[in-house]
Parts: sequence; C-alpha cells; structure tokens
Amino acid sequence: MEIFVSQVLAGLGVASVLLLIALGLTFTFGQMNVINMAHGEFIMAGAYTTYVLQGLLGASLVGLSFLISLPVAFMVGGVLGLILERTLIRHLYGRPLDTLLVTWGVGLMLQQLARDVFGAANVQVKTPAWLDGGLTVAGVTMPWNRLFIILLVTAAVVAIWAFVNKLPNGRQMRAVMQNRPLASASGIATGRVDRRTFMIGSGLGGVAGVAITLLGSIGPTLGTSYIIDAFLVVVVGGLGQVRGAVLAAVALGLLNAFVEYASEASIAKALLLVAIVAFLQFRPQGLFVRRTRAVA
Amino acid sequence: MATESQAARGEGAPSTGAIARPTGDSPWAGAGWFVVAAIVLLVVAPLLLSDFRLNLMAKFLCFAILAVGIAFAWGKGGMLVLGQGIFFGLGGYCVAMFLKLEEAGPGQLPDFMVWSGVEQLPLLWRPFQHAWFALPAAVLLPMGIAALLGALVFRQRVRGAYFAILTQALAAAFVIILVGQQQLTGGTNGLTNITAMFNLDLTNAGNQRGLYVIVACVLGGAFLLVRHLSRSRYGRLLVAVRDSEDRVRFLGYNPTTIKVIAFATSAGLAGLAGAFFVPVVGIISPTMLGIVPSIEMVIWVALGGRASLVGAVIGALVVNWAKTGLSEQFPSGWLYLEGALFIAVVAFAPKGIAGLAELWRKRAGRSEGAPGALPRSPLGRLAGFARARRGGPDRLEKEPTA
Repeated sequence: MEIFVSQVLAGLGVASVLLLIALGLTFTFGQMNVINMAHGEFIMAGAYTTYVLQGLLGASLVGLSFLISLPVAFMVGGVLGLILERTLIRHLYGRPLDTLLVTWGVGLMLQQLARDVFGAANVQVKTPAWLDGGLTVAGVTMPWNRLFIILLVTAAVVAIWAFVNKLPNGRQMRAVMQNRPLASASGIATGRVDRRTFMIGSGLGGVAGVAITLLGSIGPTLGTSYIIDAFLVVVVGGLGQVRGAVLAAVALGLLNAFVEYASEASIAKALLLVAIVAFLQFRPQGLFVRRTRAVA
Repeated sequence: MATESQAARGEGAPSTGAIARPTGDSPWAGAGWFVVAAIVLLVVAPLLLSDFRLNLMAKFLCFAILAVGIAFAWGKGGMLVLGQGIFFGLGGYCVAMFLKLEEAGPGQLPDFMVWSGVEQLPLLWRPFQHAWFALPAAVLLPMGIAALLGALVFRQRVRGAYFAILTQALAAAFVIILVGQQQLTGGTNGLTNITAMFNLDLTNAGNQRGLYVIVACVLGGAFLLVRHLSRSRYGRLLVAVRDSEDRVRFLGYNPTTIKVIAFATSAGLAGLAGAFFVPVVGIISPTMLGIVPSIEMVIWVALGGRASLVGAVIGALVVNWAKTGLSEQFPSGWLYLEGALFIAVVAFAPKGIAGLAELWRKRAGRSEGAPGALPRSPLGRLAGFARARRGGPDRLEKEPTA
C-alpha cells in the first residue's frame, strides 16, 4: 500500500511538470496550429532566469529570488514567444509542419546561445530552504518541492480555466480557436488574439522552467528532454483542450511511474508509446474532440 | 521495350485520365545528367579525393540514400517523417550484429558482451549469425515495422503534425531502449570496432574504395527505383493524397495503402543506408539515431528541395560537407548556421535548391512549362508572404489540419 501511494505521488510529480509544459503547448498548438519546438528552449530560458536572479540577489535571498523568478520567467518566456511569433511564425500560419522545422532551428540557436553564455555544463539552482524536506503522512514521505510543483500547476490550471472560460479575452480566444473566419467577421482582431495566446503559452513554458529547477541541475538542452513528452500529452489530450491535457498528463504520468516500477525506465518508455499508438486507434483525435463539421 | 513499358503503365488509357502524366515527361528525361553524376561520383571523385575524404564521401552517400527516402515520403507523400533514425539504426544494427558475430567467430560472444559478463548468446542475436538473415533483415525489418506502424496510424487518419510528433517520440524511445539494454545493444557506445566483412579488411584503403563504388551504385539504384515509383501511376496517386487525401478517398482509392507503401519504402531506404553506413564507418551508436540526428536528416532534404529526389541527394551531400568543413574550424558556429539554415530554407525557400534551379532554368528562357510542375518559385514565395498571411494556401504547403 505504501509503495502504491508513493508510486501515485511520483506519477503525479511527473505529470505536473508535463502538464505545465503541455498547457503552454495546448495554447499554441491548439489554437494556432503552431508546433513550437522552441517551447523547450523557453523552458530552458525560464530555468536560467531563476539561476540568474539567484546570482543577482545572493545566497541569503534564495527563497525571495525563487518567488520573484516565477513572474519574471513568465515574462521572459512570453517576450521570447512574442518575438518568435512576430518575426517568423506569422509567416507560417497554415503550414504546421513547417512551423515545427523552423522553430526547431530557432531552438538550436537558442541552445547554442545558452551554451555560449552559461557554459555547456549543467548548473545547480539552490532550492529555497522552505522547500527542503517533506511531508510525511502515514509512512509515505512526499518532498515539499514536488508538492509545491503540484500546487503551482493546480494554480496555473485554475487560472487558465478562469481566463479561457470567464474573461472576455478568453472568450475571444475560444472564438478564434473554433472558427477563425467567423471570429474575424464578428470584429475580433484575430491577429492580436494570436499574439496574446502565443505570449501566454510561451510564458507558461518559462514558469515550467522555474519549476524544473527544483528537480535537479539545469543545462542548455533541458527543454529537449521534456518537449516530446509534453507534445504527446497534447496529442493524447486532444487539441486545445485544457481538461484533455490535465487528464492525459495524469494518465501518462501514472502509467509511466507504475510501468517503470514494475520493469525499468527504458521499457516503460517504449510501453508508454505502444499504449499511445493503441489509444489513438480508439480516439485518433485525442480524449476530447472539438466538434466540427469540417472534413478533417 | 520503351513502348511496351509505356503500354504497361496504361499511357493514354481513359482510366488514368485524372492523373495522366504531363506531356514531355519521358522516362529518359534527365538521363544525361544522371550519366554525368555517375561519372563524377564513380570516376572523378575517386581520382581527386584522398582515402580519408573518399571514405567521408561514402558515408555521405549513405545519407543520400536515406534522404531519397525522406524526399519520397515527405516531399511526394506529405508525411513528415521525424524518426528516420529508427530505421537507419535498425538497418545499421542488423548488419553490425552480424559483423560483430562474424568477427567473434562461431560459438563466441562479441567483445562488449564479454565485458558486461554475458555468458550465452542472447536469443535476439542468434539469427544474426547468418548473413542470409542479417543482410535482408537490414532492409525488411525497417519496412515491416514502418508498414505496421503506418497501417495502424494512417488507418485512423492520424496525420500531419500528429504523425510527425509520433515518429519523433518513437525515435526518442528507440534510443532510450538501445541505451538501456546495454547487455544486448552495447548501450551508449553502440557496436564499435567493426573492421572486417566477409573476411575482407575494412580498414584497407583499397577495400574502402571498392565499398565506396558499391555505395555509389546502390544510391544510383535507389534513386532510379524511387524515381520510377514517383513517376508511375502510384506516384501520382501519392501526390494526390498529399494534396487532398479526402478527395482521393472519395474517388475510391484507399489512402492508407498508398501512404503505407510510401512510408515503408522510405523506411526500407533508411535501413539500406544504415546497412552500408556500418561497414563504411565501422561503428553504429545511439547518438547517430535519436531525435536530433533524425530531424537533421529532414533538413538535408529541405535544403535540397523537399519534393525533388535530385535535390535530396544534393542536400545531403552539401549539408554534410559543410558540416564537416565548418565544424572542424568553428564548432559552435556550425550550430548557429544549422539553426539559421533550418529557418531560412523552410520559411523562405520551401522548395530549396531544386526550386532555385527551377527559377534559374526559367530565367534562362528554357521553361518546360510542364502542367504537373509545382507552381511558384521560391523567390515568388518571398514576395507571396502577404498572401500566405491571409491564409491563401500554396499547393506545396497546404496540409490537412488534423
């Protein structure tokens, strides 16, 4: 039983990081049909933001600098995303596969930039003292940093849900996602909505980077290891669906944790993919499908 | 002979009216260029290049075989394959396993297994003691896996971005398995020190030159095969599926079969490339097969011109020579350049070198005006940004949104 609970918690830990990344992708992939491979590098930028702020504020203020880095990383990711959208991606709407390749190129350059600025070796970001240790309930210890990430993700999901469903901006976003020409004809500035969507999605990547600093050292290729899994979460969850992303992330995280426990990491990875291909046999468009009459 | 084969292809028959071959597109078009290329590769290059450079060239020709496959699946079929490293690796490992066993001798274990304390030959390795199994498997195994995967996902109309991401994830998983199962696969190091094949010393310069000639001929064969396929009735259907899958389905064809054949062909070519890569280079390891190398393979084809088979070959050779030359001198500069290349080619010149060549031919006033040719030059695309922004789909770029 204890093993079971600790596996569930480990799975949720994996799931929450994946979800934070996948949420950003849901925005850009779901609404704008842009496959942003440079999203991984936005995560990396967020992580390095934490590192830089920690260096600036000194060792005595680790806790404070960590909290400050959450909004700062959001802005760093967001601005990077905005620049990317303005300079390249807006030329590529309607060509999703080409956005994949172009943003991969952008990611390569950003990685090399990080390597030149911060060095190729991984750097360690200090965890705030109040996240040391863990919470022990019924013999199972859950580290505070994992719990913090789960909390952060929950907050992010709630905020996004409120934004998408309750605010006028979110309503515009949904309108553009569902039917771009009609939204445009109704007087919604779709270009501006695109920019906003892309900025929020990229900013979430930055926040994910801050969360990842709690899990270990960070390096220039940090994003690459997460990005593919996060895309799989989006694929399984369904395009542009927040609830789909949540469900898929939790399911994949738990599945990964249990298979990994039962066998080993490399087998777990392969079985996970087999499971996804099998799943797509039943629901080729993911868990939740946006109803449309278009011939897809 | 020519008339017979034309008749066999049903030239002018009413049933093929919808996808008729453009006029002036004879099977012998470009034969002169093919002969020139063959002379350059088979006569000029061996005379001019040092042993070391010729070996590099042989390696790049292996990459070119793979690139032809990508151009077929991606350029003609619209399937962006981001996991060709898997099939390249499968081909490579099949041959490498055979060669390691051949080197160890009958009943003996390969060196890395001895080091990691394996005492009996694993079941998975047993069939690879025989050349008659290992060598065909290098091509057939990738084809089989691609056909199975393709049948599963294409049947459910998983396509476009979904398919691309799926292949990429598979490449990641493949590498994780190779690294994780060290006692079976040699782990991160891969299978190394492959120095002999059929008792021929592969480090011998003369044998390497012979191998180069074989690889060049295989590339020529692969090129002709894929060229024939894409010019056949099947090839026209494949392009039709790329441009409008649903329309082809409504016409009574099964797009799944058409796509599976193209995907399996490209996988088979990747396996073939891997199979020759191993004796040429003497090593196969997971670092050559993961996500990053797999997507690099796509940029070769993008640079050459995604829908052009000649472009794919040229792209593979140009990028790899540039990489070798530049990364020797500026190791960090190459990555910036590679990133910039991705961006520039895909965003601003999606038809690559082949598109530029087409533009140049038109400038020279020798426009063929083939009705089946793709419209719009790459520079035309530059000017056509405004149109693209308004969502006007270009024939080449139009993708079904999944």
